[in-house]
Parts: sequence; C-alpha cells; structure tokens
Amino acid sequence: MVEIFGIPSYALFGQLLIGLINGSFYALLSLGLAVIFGMLNIINFTHGAQYMMGAFAAYLMLQYLGVDYWIALVVVPILIGATGILIERLFLQHIRKLDHLYGLILTFGLALIIEGLFRNQFGSSGKPYQIPALLQGGRNLGFMFLPNYRAWVIAFSLVVCFATWFAIERTRLGSYLRAATENPALVRAFGINVPRMVTLTYGFGVGLAALAGVMAAPIYNVSPQMGSDLIIVVFAVVVIGGMGSILGAIVTGFALGVIEGLTKVFFPEASSTVIFVIMAIVLLIRPAGLFGRTV
Amino acid sequence: MAETSALLAVTDLQAWYGESHILHGASFEVRAGEVVTLLGRNGVGKTTTLKSIMGMVEQRAGSVRFDGRELIRLSSDAIARAGIAICPEERGIFSSLDVRENLLLPPQLLPGGLDLDHIFELFPNLRERQASQGTKLSGGEQQMLAIARILRTGARLLLLDEPTEGLAPVIIQQIGRTIGALKAQGFTILLVEQNFNFAATIADRYYVMEHGRIVDHFPTAALAANMGKLHEYLGV
Ligand SMILES: Nc1ncnc2c1ncn2[C@@H]1O[C@H](COP(=O)(O)OP(=O)(O)OP(=O)(O)O)[C@@H](O)[C@H]1O
Ligand SMILES: [Mg+2]
Repeated sequence: MVEIFGIPSYALFGQLLIGLINGSFYALLSLGLAVIFGMLNIINFTHGAQYMMGAFAAYLMLQYLGVDYWIALVVVPILIGATGILIERLFLQHIRKLDHLYGLILTFGLALIIEGLFRNQFGSSGKPYQIPALLQGGRNLGFMFLPNYRAWVIAFSLVVCFATWFAIERTRLGSYLRAATENPALVRAFGINVPRMVTLTYGFGVGLAALAGVMAAPIYNVSPQMGSDLIIVVFAVVVIGGMGSILGAIVTGFALGVIEGLTKVFFPEASSTVIFVIMAIVLLIRPAGLFGRTV
Repeated sequence: MAETSALLAVTDLQAWYGESHILHGASFEVRAGEVVTLLGRNGVGKTTTLKSIMGMVEQRAGSVRFDGRELIRLSSDAIARAGIAICPEERGIFSSLDVRENLLLPPQLLPGGLDLDHIFELFPNLRERQASQGTKLSGGEQQMLAIARILRTGARLLLLDEPTEGLAPVIIQQIGRTIGALKAQGFTILLVEQNFNFAATIADRYYVMEHGRIVDHFPTAALAANMGKLHEYLGV
C-alpha cells in the first residue's frame, strides 16, 4: 500500500476529496455572501436558510413533480432567487440607509422563521436525495476511489465560481456592479437604475445559495437545519477571506475546505475547530481579512 | 430676460440635509450653448445646487425645468436620461475600475454624445493610460477623466463642480481650453468655480451665491465694473 507521511494514500486523498467538496460549498456560499455584501452592505444571515430552501426545492420537485436533478439545477436557483428578490423588495430596500445591524437582525430573523416553517412542515430528520443516474458510480484512480458525483460537484462549482468572478471583474455589467459598490449615488446619476441592480444582485446571491443547495442534496441529507450547520463555518470563511472580495471568497472557500480535510488526517482532534483558529489568527494579524480592502 | 428661452430654469430651489436647510430659494437660468459660472465662498451651497439639479439631494423643493420639463421630483437616473450629466467636486473616479472602464461606465442615454476617438483627441493623456487603475492617475488626469466620461452620454447640459480645484496652472489652462472646445461643440455648461481668474476666461455669465441664495448676476462684459463687489462676495 502506498503511504505518504506514514498515512495510507487512500485516507489522505479521501480526506482531500472531502475537503474539496466542503470547500466547493464554502466557496459558493461565501461568494454569494460577498456579492451581496458588496452591493447591499448587508451581511445576509438568511443565506444558510436559502441554501436549505434550494435543497428542499430540489427534493420536493423530484418527489412530487418528478422533476429531475438537471432541471432542478436550473429551475431551483431561479425560483429561490425570485424569493430573494421578493425579500429585497419587501424588506431590505427599506433598511438600506440604516445601520448594518438592522440588516443583520432582519436577515437573521428571516432565517429563523424560514427554518422554523420547514421544521414544522417536514420534521428535522434528513431526507435522502438520489444521485442522478448519469453520475452514479465512480472510478478507481489507483491511489483512491473517486465517486463521479463528487468530481462533478467540485468541477461544476469551480466553473460557477470562475464564471461569477469573470462576470464581475471582466465585463461591462460587472463594472457597473463594482462602481455601484463604491459610489451608488454617482452611478445612479449616470443614468443607471441602481435600485434595480441592488435587487437583482440580491436575487443572484440567493440563487447561488440555492444552487449550492441543489448540489448538496445528493451528498448531505436534505434537512431544515442543513443550512445553519454550514453557515457558521461559511461566515468564518468570509471573515478570513475579507468581506466583499470576490476572488478572496472563492480562494479562501476552497483552501479552507482542504485545510480542514487535511487536519482530519493529521490532527483529527482539531478538525472541527481549525477554521475558527485560523479566523482568530487572521483577525489578529489582518482584521480586514486576507483579501479584504481596508476601508 | 432671455432672447432665447432657457435650457435650464431653476426657480426657488430649496434643499436640506436632514435638519439643516442649505438652499433657501435659489433662482437662475442657463440658456442653450452658454457657459454659466456659479461663484461663491466655501459652504454657500454651490455643490448642493448642482447636486439638487442632478437629483442627488433627497430633500429638495422648488422647480428645476430642463428643456421645458420639470425635474424636481425625478430620481437622479431619470434626470440623467433627460440629458444632464455631472462631474462631481471629488471627481468620483472608481478605484475598482481601470481608466477605460471608468470612461465607458456612464451609458449612452441620448444621441449626440462624443465618440471615443473624439474624446481622446480632447484628452490625449487618457488614451495611453487606459489600462491603469482609475485612481492611479494624477489629479489632473483624474479631472480630465471625470469630464471625459460624461461626454459620451449624449447629455446636453454638463454640471462641472470646481474642475480646477488643487491643480497646477498648466493643467488649469488645458481644462479651460477643453471647456472652450466643448462650448464650441454645442454643450451647455454650468460651472462652479472659486478660481475667479479661470472662470473669467471661459464664462458668458456669472451668478453669485450667498447663504443658499443667488444674490447677484452679471455678464462677462460687466465684469470689470463689478470687480469691487465681487471681491467682497468672495472675500478675496
Ligand atoms: N452631505 C451633507 N450632509 C450635511 N451637510 C452637508 C452635506 N454636504 C454639504 N453640507 C453642508 O451644506 C453646506 C453647503 O455645502 P456645499 O458643499 O453645497 O457648499 P459649496 O458652496 O460647494 O462649498 P465649497 O466651495 O467648499 O465646495 C455646508 O455648510 C456643508 O457643511
Ligand atoms: Mg462645493
């Protein structure tokens, strides 16, 4: 058997794979948070609940409408993104000029309500979601076994992250977004409908969370608290990466997933706390986060 | 007053920031093709006047008519679409955008804007600096960029807020020539200036502001006769 640093290779690569999977979700979720924070100046505490709604929507659509994974992957982010647009129009737009704290409390309250409603309706036990037929099974790479679905999740989230980064940093629409993040009043005075951009940005961020939820459904059980479990770690990721940095959110998400996975191999006792330890260290050395712009 | 009717007619303009009442009924007008300068000491409300015309001050009242259309209740994006553009006092160059992105940011809203080649003829420095980060430009270049980017939009009325502030004399001259060229192209310009000597080289008429009101106005021809009064108004 192949060993690396005295660790059997399948264990090492197995944990690396789990780290990359977790990292994919950290990256997708912290990316959405970063996009929303940049434009709305709101720390979206509803994000975990919206991720959970994505997973549930996929589950329910499969269960009751026979809508398969691939269609859900497209339809669910649009659907849940639309509920985000509604939330922005109904609530968030009215507290834009108030202190950050109001947005935080409002979105946190919404998360509690949404999760409560789902728990009432569906109970707290996890519901299984079948891996789509096309991606069942896996391949033996020699040094490890790679399930197809997990490979897909990593590859697809990389693509989504890159596409989002590209759209924001390299396109004309993205330049509107960056400019409106810096000085919304002036961008509006140039004739751009900034309030509509803000609404759509929130919808997009929520849609990303829902997309992550659909992708997570076949890996983790679909349950009302799946979001709140994950989101705590994601907030630590965001703090480490720095609020508002798109690239920072992506890189930190994947990197911390991997670090967490490797910690599980080399120092299992610390695996659940390592991210928070890193967060504390980063906060001491670079309070704005690794990629954050100091304001 | 006017042989041609005003392109911009501001009547009894009032503005507030929260509790503080800043504009107390300013009235003035700008005719098509004119360069009109708003003079006044620090803090009298010149910037607030431009921002109120542009719709960037939330609490405002009175009347702002542009091309016959009332703008006082419109949002700033709607006012931009009506054909007004602002070059703010702090310049407002975006640091997360490169020079080209800054230049292309304001969308073309109306026909008749300048094309990029034309803009680069007016501001040759910007052509070579297109890939630089917007805020890496020198102060003078940033000012050029702030003016340049509103020329593409098709706006007919340009609101320029102290474009010479803090710049070297050579650059000020260059900006003066540019404003002259823009006037020749048919742009109408409302300029806020404290640099009186600069304003004298390009303006057709002057309004003097004090405590949020227009207290005097005269054409460039009457400048010499009004010199004494002006020194008093401006405290120079
Ligand atoms: N955002 C704001 N909130 C509250 N008060 C403001 C704000 N902006 C300006 N003011 C106040 O309004 C008054 C007029 O300011 P304004 O900027 O219009 O003056 P100005 O004539 O442009 O002065 P300057 O020549 O220094 O640019 C000042 O007393 C200023 O302190
Ligand atoms: Mg001013």
